[in-house]
Amino acid sequence: MARKVVITGLGATTPIGGDVPTMWKNALKGVSGAHTLEDEWVAKYDLPVHFAARCSTPALEVLSRVEAKRMDPSTQFGVIAAREAWADSGITEIDHDRLAVAFATGIGGVWTLLDAWDTLREKGPRRVLPMTVPMLMPNGVAAAVSLDLGARAGAHTPVSACASGTEALHLGLDLIRSGKADVVVCGGAEAAIHPMPLAAFSSMQALSRRNDDPEHASRPYDRDRDGFVMGEGAGALVLEAEEHAIARGARIYAELAGTSVTADAYHITAPDPEGLGATRALKAAMFDGRIQAEDVVHVNAHATSTPVGDKPEYTALRAALGAHVDNVAVSATKSQMGHLLGASGAVEAVLTVLAVYERQAPLTINLENQDPEIPLDVVTSARTLPAGDIVALSNSFGFGGHNAVIAIRNV
Amino acid sequence: MASNEEILAGLAEIVNEETGLATEAVELDKSFTEDLDIDSISMMTIVVNAEEKFGVRIPDEEVKNLKTVGDAVNFISNAQA
Repeated sequence: MARKVVITGLGATTPIGGDVPTMWKNALKGVSGAHTLEDEWVAKYDLPVHFAARCSTPALEVLSRVEAKRMDPSTQFGVIAAREAWADSGITEIDHDRLAVAFATGIGGVWTLLDAWDTLREKGPRRVLPMTVPMLMPNGVAAAVSLDLGARAGAHTPVSACASGTEALHLGLDLIRSGKADVVVCGGAEAAIHPMPLAAFSSMQALSRRNDDPEHASRPYDRDRDGFVMGEGAGALVLEAEEHAIARGARIYAELAGTSVTADAYHITAPDPEGLGATRALKAAMFDGRIQAEDVVHVNAHATSTPVGDKPEYTALRAALGAHVDNVAVSATKSQMGHLLGASGAVEAVLTVLAVYERQAPLTINLENQDPEIPLDVVTSARTLPAGDIVALSNSFGFGGHNAVIAIRNV
Repeated sequence: MASNEEILAGLAEIVNEETGLATEAVELDKSFTEDLDIDSISMMTIVVNAEEKFGVRIPDEEVKNLKTVGDAVNFISNAQA
């Protein structure tokens, strides 16, 4: 029997709240974190998209100026979320050789990389800062969290585009089950609201162009959805071997019952229209957690609000859950906070854990005319989850054909 | 041309910006590594910022000889002369 793994700490900094309590309160209320960008570079480069979902609490309001200087913005968000999760876990004594980190990012230090390139071109190589490489490397966030907490059982950085944050939990579960660690701080961080990624995602027609109405631009499952809204931030979870958590009398939110990762091997960006890779991921996570379709009461969907992405996920959910999918409360929380790319899976995992713990499903906003081809039971008003033993799933899919699913069970 | 006092004050500001140390802690007899706990990466950032501020060039091979704040003030002062 594999070691049981539980979740004992939660952290987040997002467009709808700079910490978990604020985010959760807003997620149940239904707010939009998307706003018009006031930056001069929007007009300077004539960007086709004029809005995004910035973190509601700037990192510099939380970190000191000096510690922030040595971190890319993505790492700043990751460290903020990891510190909150760590404090929330209540762990005061730990064998640091048994503490690991699995902290993901989709893009990594894009601000640092591009700032350094600008500096090189404008001022020459002498002015390129010596901290540039450790700040831009994608493992920078995992390394910073490891350094901050003294985690010496390895610091890992799963990178699978928008599935990265969920894949971090998959890895964290493995590290504990296989006995390589007793506690793993998992998460994802992203800070890519920079003109270059905005231009690049726009050029592939992935972003919503609803410039006159940013708050209603992210509308998963709506007939008039036209792309995702770029978000930023981080989520973090403390995973712990159950016996370790019980021994110290920890507050346990839920069990991380099962996880899975699959690859479509279909197309570099387009999802498999039949959702076959996603279906296999859903089935594999349920198998891993010994979960029957009827156990599942809630899904935090990937649902980015792109015309092509939302439907294959529905197809996969129906294939994996069968007719029971009609009884499942589905939340598309990117409607509120936009798409946090490599951080999205981690933040949505925090929301899914809280949904199970508090028996409340977060809201989906902006659903005015539900796409008739996606007949899911979408949570658009306050919804209580049933009493008794329940399971919730959270899906993430990334460019490259990456599919990752986690299953959360009450304890 | 800056006086040694002005160079010290400017250097203290740069050190404060990089490390958060109080400017009063940056005194002539203080060692960058032993007293101020400045690592090699911060030292290079301080050097590059000092070059810009004082309009001098501090060659990489010279940096290891700048053990104290006073060494740096003297080097900058001589380089400006």
